[in-house]
Amino acid sequence: MITVSYTAILQLLLPEMILVVTALLVLAVDLPISRTAQTRTRFTIGAVISAIGCIGAIAQIVRVPQQANLFDGTLVIGPEIQLIQVAILALTVLIVAMAVGSSFTSHVGEYLAVALFATVGMMLLVSTVNILLIFLSLELLSLSLYVLAAFNKLSSHSAEAALKYFLFGGTSAAFLLFGLSLLYGLSNSTNLVQIAHAIKNQPLDPFLAVAMVMIVLGFGFKVAAVPFHFWAPDVYEGAPANSAALISSSAKVAGFIIFYQVMVIGFAGAEGSSDWGRYTAGWVPVVAVVAALSMVLGNLVAIAQTSVRRLLAYSAIAHAGYILLALVSHTEQSFVALLYYAITYAMTLIGAFGVISIVEEQAGGEKLSDFAGLSRRAPILSLCMLIFMLSLGGIPPLAGFFGKFLLFASTLSAGQHTLGLLWLVALAIAMSTVSLYYYLQVLKRIYIAEPASETGPIQVPIARQVVLCAIALSILLLGCAPNLFLTWLRQPIRIAHF
Amino acid sequence: MLAWTIYISFLGTLALMLLKLSAKTARSIALLAAIAGFAITAYDLLHSANGTMTTIVHRSWIPPLGIEYHLAADGVSLVLVLLTGIVAIAGVLFSWNIEHRANEFFALYLALIGGVYGVFLSADLFLLFVFYEIAIIPKYFLIAIWGSTQREYAAMKLALYSLVGSAMVLIVLVAAYVVAGAKTMSLLELSQFPFSLHFQMWAFPLMFAGFGILAGLWPFHTWAPTGHVAAPTAASMLLAGVVMKLGAYGCLRVAMVLFPQGLDPWGFSALGLASWRDVFSLLAVIGIVYGALVALVQQDFKFVIGYSSVSHMGFVLLGLMTLTRVGLTGAVLQMFSHGVLAALLFAVVGRMVYNRTHTRDLTALGHLHLNKAIPFAAITFTLAAIASIGMPGFSGFVAELQVLIGAWNAFPIYVLCAGIGIVVSVAYTWRALQKAFFSDSAPESTTHALPPISMPERLGAVMLILASLTVGLYPQLLLNLLIPALSSPLFDGLRKGHWQ
Repeated sequence: MITVSYTAILQLLLPEMILVVTALLVLAVDLPISRTAQTRTRFTIGAVISAIGCIGAIAQIVRVPQQANLFDGTLVIGPEIQLIQVAILALTVLIVAMAVGSSFTSHVGEYLAVALFATVGMMLLVSTVNILLIFLSLELLSLSLYVLAAFNKLSSHSAEAALKYFLFGGTSAAFLLFGLSLLYGLSNSTNLVQIAHAIKNQPLDPFLAVAMVMIVLGFGFKVAAVPFHFWAPDVYEGAPANSAALISSSAKVAGFIIFYQVMVIGFAGAEGSSDWGRYTAGWVPVVAVVAALSMVLGNLVAIAQTSVRRLLAYSAIAHAGYILLALVSHTEQSFVALLYYAITYAMTLIGAFGVISIVEEQAGGEKLSDFAGLSRRAPILSLCMLIFMLSLGGIPPLAGFFGKFLLFASTLSAGQHTLGLLWLVALAIAMSTVSLYYYLQVLKRIYIAEPASETGPIQVPIARQVVLCAIALSILLLGCAPNLFLTWLRQPIRIAHF
Repeated sequence: MLAWTIYISFLGTLALMLLKLSAKTARSIALLAAIAGFAITAYDLLHSANGTMTTIVHRSWIPPLGIEYHLAADGVSLVLVLLTGIVAIAGVLFSWNIEHRANEFFALYLALIGGVYGVFLSADLFLLFVFYEIAIIPKYFLIAIWGSTQREYAAMKLALYSLVGSAMVLIVLVAAYVVAGAKTMSLLELSQFPFSLHFQMWAFPLMFAGFGILAGLWPFHTWAPTGHVAAPTAASMLLAGVVMKLGAYGCLRVAMVLFPQGLDPWGFSALGLASWRDVFSLLAVIGIVYGALVALVQQDFKFVIGYSSVSHMGFVLLGLMTLTRVGLTGAVLQMFSHGVLAALLFAVVGRMVYNRTHTRDLTALGHLHLNKAIPFAAITFTLAAIASIGMPGFSGFVAELQVLIGAWNAFPIYVLCAGIGIVVSVAYTWRALQKAFFSDSAPESTTHALPPISMPERLGAVMLILASLTVGLYPQLLLNLLIPALSSPLFDGLRKGHWQ
C-alpha cells in the first residue's frame, strides 16, 4: 500500500496545471469578444494571456526546485527535467508571441488553448520514465498537433497537411505501441529502468529486436527522420505558419528528449556499437543508419526545393540526422549537446517561420521568388532571416555553429580516443557544407535578386518584429558566449547521470 | 592593442549596417577603419614587435571545453596583418566610386577585413576557425551583388569551395581536439601534443588540402580565376591580396605545426612520390607552371591576372614544402609580395581600365591606346608587371629567390620547372602589357577620351608600389620579424624532422 499526499502531487504538477487553467481562461476570455472584436485583436489578447500563463509556469518551476520520483517512475521531477520544461515553456512563449496580430483563423481561443495543451503534453512527456505515460502524453501532444495543423480552415492545403500528418502519425503511434507492449511482455514492467534491468543480460532475442525497431520507427516519425519523414514537407508547407513553428520547434525538442530517454534508459545494455570496423548489433547501429540517411537525404533533397517551407522541412530532416548523433554516442556530454542544439535550433525555426508568415501575408506566398529583394523592402526582417539561415547552416559566431561543434566533439569523444564514430561525424560535417548551398539560395533571393516591380516596403507588425529581433540577438549571443547557456545546462545534468 | 584591428573593423561593419548613411559617409568610415587598422599595426611594429610570439588578449571563453579567447601575434602574423592593413586601405581607395548600396558594400568589406585580421591573430584554433568562416560569407555577397561576368555563379563557386575546404579543416580540428583529450584548442598546447604517426598521416593531408583550397592549390584552384574575375575591384584585391593568404597561413600555422610528422616518408613510393611533402610540392609546381601557361592564352585581361595569382601562390606552397628556413621565409615574403602586387594589378585592370572602358578583352583594349588615354594606368601596370615577374628591387624578387634557394636542395627538378614558370610569367605579363596598353594595331584617330585617373586611385597605386619597393630594397624590415618567428619553439616539430 503506497500512501501519497495528493497535495504533494498537485504541488509537483502545478506548472502543468497553470497551463491548463490558462488554456481554459483563454477560451473563456475569447468567448464573449468573439463576435465583436477583430480577429487580430482577439489574437493579441489571447496570446498575451497565454504568454503570461507560460511565464507563470516558468516562474513556478524556477521558484520551487523539486526532486521527486512518484509511483515508480510515473512522474519524475528533478533539476534537469525542470530545466527542459523551462526551455519548452520559453519556446512556447515565443510561439504564442508570434501569433500576436495574426488572422489565419477565427477560432482564436481554441487555437491558443490547443497550443497550450500541446505544451502540457510535452512537459509531461519529458517528466516520466513510465512507458504507459510516455505513450499517453505523446498522444496528447500529437493529437493537439494534428488539430493545430488543420486550423486554417480556408486552405485546403492545411486540411491535406493535417490529414496526412494524422494518418502517418496514427500508424506510427500503432507501431510505437506495439513496440512498447512487446517491451512490457519481455520485462513485465512499465518502468524504463526496470525494463533495462530485465533485458540487461539477455542475448538479443527476436522479440527485443522487433520491439527496438518498432520503437525507433515510432519516434523516428516524431522527429521526422528518414525513412519516416514523408509527412514533414507537406505539414510544413500546408499548416499555418504558427502551427508549423510549434510542430518544428518545441514539439521536436520534446520528441528528441524522449527518444533519447527511451533508448538510453530503456535499452541500456543493448546498445551495440556502430564504431567503424567494430560493429555489434543493438539499437545504436539502427539509429546511426537512420541518422546517416537523414543527413544525406534531407540535405540533398532540400537543394531542389522552390518553396521555403518545404526547404525548411527537408533541412529539418537533415538536422534530425545531426541531432541523432547524440543518441549514437549517448554520453553525458552528448545529452548536453543534444539539448543545446535542439533548443537553439527550435528558436531559429520559430524565427524563420515568423519571417515566412510575414512574407506570406505581405508578398502573397512563400516560394523562393516571393523573397526576391526582401532586403530592400524590409531590411531588419532580412537581417533576422540572414542570422537564422546562417545559424542553420552552422556559420560562426552563431548558435548553430557552436551547437554543431559541441555535438560533433561530444560524438567523437564517446569512443575513448579511438575515433570510431569519425565516419558519422565526417559525413555530418560534409553534409552541413551541402546545406549551406540551399540556405544561401534563400539569402540570395533576399539580398541579391531585385524586388519585383510595383512592390513597396513591407509593413512588419511591431510585436513580431520585436520578437524576431530578440530571437536573432539571442542566437548571436548564444553563439558568441555559449558559455552562458552551457553552464546552465551542464550543472543539473551532471548531477542527474543520464 | 593589435586586437583593435579586429574590433574596429567589426564596429565599422555594425555602424554601416545599422545607420542610414550616404555613400560618401560610408566610404569615409570604411577608410577611417582601414587606416586605423594599419596605424595600429604600424605602431605595434615600431614599438614592441620582435617577431616572437606575443600574447595580446588571453581570456577563458568556454571553460567547460577548454576553449579560450586567445589572440597572439608572432612575426608571421604581423607581416600578414601589415599586408591586410595596406590592402584594406588601397581597396577602399579603389572603390571610391561605389554608389550602388554603398553602405552594405563597405559593411561587408569591413566584415571580411575583420575576419582576416582575426585569423592572423588567433592563437586558439577554435577562434581561428570562427574567424576563418566569418570571412567566407561576406565574400559571397560582395561578388554576387557588386560583381560582373557570371557573378552569381562565381560567387557560389567560391563560397562552396571555401566551405568544402573549411569542412575538411573542421573534421581534422574536431578529431585532433578529441584525440588530445578534449581539454584545449590552444595552438601552442596542441602543437606539443604527440599525435600518433597514423593520425598525422591522414590528418595532415586533409587539413593541408583544406586550407590549400583557399590558397589556390592546384587542382582545387578553379574558384580563384572565376571568383577574381567576377568580383568587384576591391573584392578581387582582397581575394587575391589577403584571402588566398588565409589559406597559406592556415597550411603553415595549423597543418604543418600540428602535424609535422605528416610530412615524413610513407615508407613506400608510388609514381615517384614517397611522402605527402612530395605530393604537395608536385601540386605546387604544377600550379606554378599551369597557372602561367593558362594565363598566356587568356583573352580577358582579368583572367590573365587571375591565373597569374594561381601561379604565384604556387611559389608560396612550394616554399612551405621546402622545410628549410630560407624556403619558409621566402614563402611568407611571397605571401606579402603577391598580396601587394596582385592587389595592384587587379586595381589597374578592374578599376582604372575596366571601369572606364567597360571591356576587358585584350584586343578591344588594344584599339583604345590606353597608354595615351590613361598614362598613369599604363605606368602603374608596367611597374607592377616588372615587380611581379621578379625584377630585383621589388618584393617579388626577394621572395621567389628565397623560395627557389630553399627548394634547390630538396627538389632540384622542381626548381627547374618553377624557373620555366618564371619565364612563362615574363611572357604572359609582357603579352598582356603590350596588348592592353601599347598596342599600335589601330589608327591613332580612334583614341577615346576617358575620364582621368582620380586622386584616390593615384594614392592607392602609389601606396602599393611603395610597399613593394620598400620590401624589395630593404627586405630586412620583414626578415627581422620572420626569422625569430620561424626559429621559435612552435616550429620545433618541423625542425626535428626535415629542417635543413
